[in-house]
Amino acid sequence: MSAEPLRKPSEEQHPKVYHSTEIEPYKPGLAERLYLPLFAGLMVTIRHFFRNVFKGPEYSINYPEERRQYSHRYRGHHILTTRPDGSVRCVACFLCSTACPAECINIEAGEHPDENIEKYPLVYEIDMLRCVFCGYCVDACPEEAIIMSNNYDMAYFTREQSIAGKSDLMKPFTFDEDRLGYRPRFPEEDVQRAKMRREAFSLVEAARRARGEAPTGELPQQPAG
Amino acid sequence: MATTVTDTPTLLEKYPAGSILPQEGMDQETWVVSRDVLADLARDLRDSNETQFDLLLDVCGVDYPDREERFEAVYHLYSIPRNQRLRLKVPVTEEDPILPSLIPVWKAADWFEREAYDMFGLRFEGHPNLRRILTHEAFQGHPLRKDYDPTRRWILTEDKIYRPKLDVPEGLSDDMFERMTINIGPSHPAMHGTFRVVAELDGETIIASEVEIGYLHRCFEKMCETHNWQQVVPYTDRLNYCSSFINNVAYCRTVEKMLGVEVPPKAVWARTILSEFSRVMDHCVANGSTLVDAGALTNFWYLFQPREEIYGLLEACSGARLTVSYGRIGGLAQDLPPDFMERSYRLLEIIPPFIEDVEKLIDKNHIFHKRAVGAAAISAEDAVNWGWTGPCLRACGVPFDVRKAAPYDLYDTVDWEVPIFHGGDVFDRYRVRFAEIRQSLSIIRQLLDRGMPDGPHIVDDPHVALPPKEAAYNQMESMIYHFKLIMDGIQVPPGEQYDMVEGANGELGFYCVSDGSSKPYRIKVRPPCFPIFSAFPLLINGNSVSDLIVTLGGLNVIAGELER
Repeated sequence: MSAEPLRKPSEEQHPKVYHSTEIEPYKPGLAERLYLPLFAGLMVTIRHFFRNVFKGPEYSINYPEERRQYSHRYRGHHILTTRPDGSVRCVACFLCSTACPAECINIEAGEHPDENIEKYPLVYEIDMLRCVFCGYCVDACPEEAIIMSNNYDMAYFTREQSIAGKSDLMKPFTFDEDRLGYRPRFPEEDVQRAKMRREAFSLVEAARRARGEAPTGELPQQPAG
Repeated sequence: MATTVTDTPTLLEKYPAGSILPQEGMDQETWVVSRDVLADLARDLRDSNETQFDLLLDVCGVDYPDREERFEAVYHLYSIPRNQRLRLKVPVTEEDPILPSLIPVWKAADWFEREAYDMFGLRFEGHPNLRRILTHEAFQGHPLRKDYDPTRRWILTEDKIYRPKLDVPEGLSDDMFERMTINIGPSHPAMHGTFRVVAELDGETIIASEVEIGYLHRCFEKMCETHNWQQVVPYTDRLNYCSSFINNVAYCRTVEKMLGVEVPPKAVWARTILSEFSRVMDHCVANGSTLVDAGALTNFWYLFQPREEIYGLLEACSGARLTVSYGRIGGLAQDLPPDFMERSYRLLEIIPPFIEDVEKLIDKNHIFHKRAVGAAAISAEDAVNWGWTGPCLRACGVPFDVRKAAPYDLYDTVDWEVPIFHGGDVFDRYRVRFAEIRQSLSIIRQLLDRGMPDGPHIVDDPHVALPPKEAAYNQMESMIYHFKLIMDGIQVPPGEQYDMVEGANGELGFYCVSDGSSKPYRIKVRPPCFPIFSAFPLLINGNSVSDLIVTLGGLNVIAGELER
């Protein structure tokens, strides 16, 4: 079964490879044969045990009551941002769906009533089961119309539910600054943009109240049970 | 680097003129070889003192429908003693796609040739078991041929499932026990993925076995051909998903070489550091799963805590924990987070105590020794012949590490060593990984002490990298570049490139062929665990079933990379 004997590398042709640490093969001593080092191992586990008992578990997170804090770059559920009047910012340029490696974005463009704006998406759907959350759509968007939230709770009962349409992507709670994820970042403009988003959000809420609909401003409740 | 192989003509004299043609202007030395001389040439290349190509890295096919000889079988060879690389290309026609099998020369050719048969229909004469490897038995056609429609679907049923005829050695029969054939896997909790081992047992001893893979095959390489160069980056995350950033780096480096792009120092620095962190993470998983298979569950938790912390750093950089997609052709996806230095230094404080705890539990633990020392041992000669690279090869005593042999990024500027062990068994595969973790942490500390280089995180070339968002919003020119780059993609000049990095479980190579369009013509990954796993029957035959389980974790076979 054995192959050709291996030739050793020659020093001059392969000088770098030989800077290696050679370690003696393992030979158990008497102590090892008597399993004495196991007690040292036992001390390690006892130390961890008491640390967990008295200092509380350091690394466990009691999900879903507790949640891990992710950075502001987290690539979660997408958000379609809005203009100050509450309409969708997207101009249906199809850059995001072109850049998408998973081909999960479906856009149908329509003509915008405002003649200063050429197009807007009649349909904007993201198949969340196809999406790989790579953030290429955010990179591609020239309008900052699609950004991501840090919401990773995406569970569905049917495949149809997993297709997020315009209304899912424009839910008002997604304008909460704490829940934003991956997006183009401008340190100097961040404050201004946050203000714009809040204004847009309050305008949407005002419009809803004017129409007599219930405000949806609160963060969604955790599902019971 | 030694002189080129072509400078030593004595080897080539015995072959008829025209049967070996060196190809000019390639990224590495390339010979176009006639298939009639391939078998002899391969043996000479391995045995001659002038060449000593002892490692067969990769065999793949490329389809050129417009050429007279439609297919090209591409062999990548490496000589460990001479640190040389050579590419052999063997053109064959569509009507007669027959090549000699190189299994007698390099055992590593076994699975690679089966893959080339599966994907292109190349037939290798003399191959003992030439059948499909990645796709299903009932699959029709050869998916990587250019005329194969990537949207094509097949109904694959179980009645055509493969039942291997195991090659049971004679004279082993023992009346005491009843022989039986069992399936271990594909969905078995100890198999760490979807692998199937068909084993013939005599009592508890495996006397013959065969490995069946392909359950996670998704034809990454065909999908690359339908997307543009930049869109492949998220796909590479899914190769070795335990250290996805290294895959990003390997792919991006290959394409950057084709483009001739120089990556800014900050990105190189960050790539080196994050690659080493990924390697630490991957070794933690490999050792953790070896130990959990041996029944030492505690270590699994201790080793997953450093991994959790490293995920925190990667998430702060890229926005995702597992599939980071942080590399981009030309640099990094985004700038490093402001607290990168503090977080990295903190990781250097957090990780070693956990490693030390595990070492206290295991290194002198006679129970684990009895289980692991000498278990599934492989000699250095066999390991090289089977195409092993990475920690598993270094556990056999062969000091081959791409980071030393062909230093990339910043590895030649830091002071570190390649740890070598000689046992080639489960225990040394475990020890070599911890030794490498220490080296990786030392590399990271040296780089962090140097300080973060200033400058951009991605190359300032609008044909490669998207312009900054501020510019794309506000300047007409940048806006046009932005649209153009996304609609048309990166235009990679025609050519071929093989580039490699030291992945967490061996040499991770990308062989890219471009025809000048915005989509890759062919991308072949050289997955490090593919040849390692092909030697699995050699490791387990003659051992007990529990040895099979304890071996698998230490090989660090990752299904995503194995089956692509």
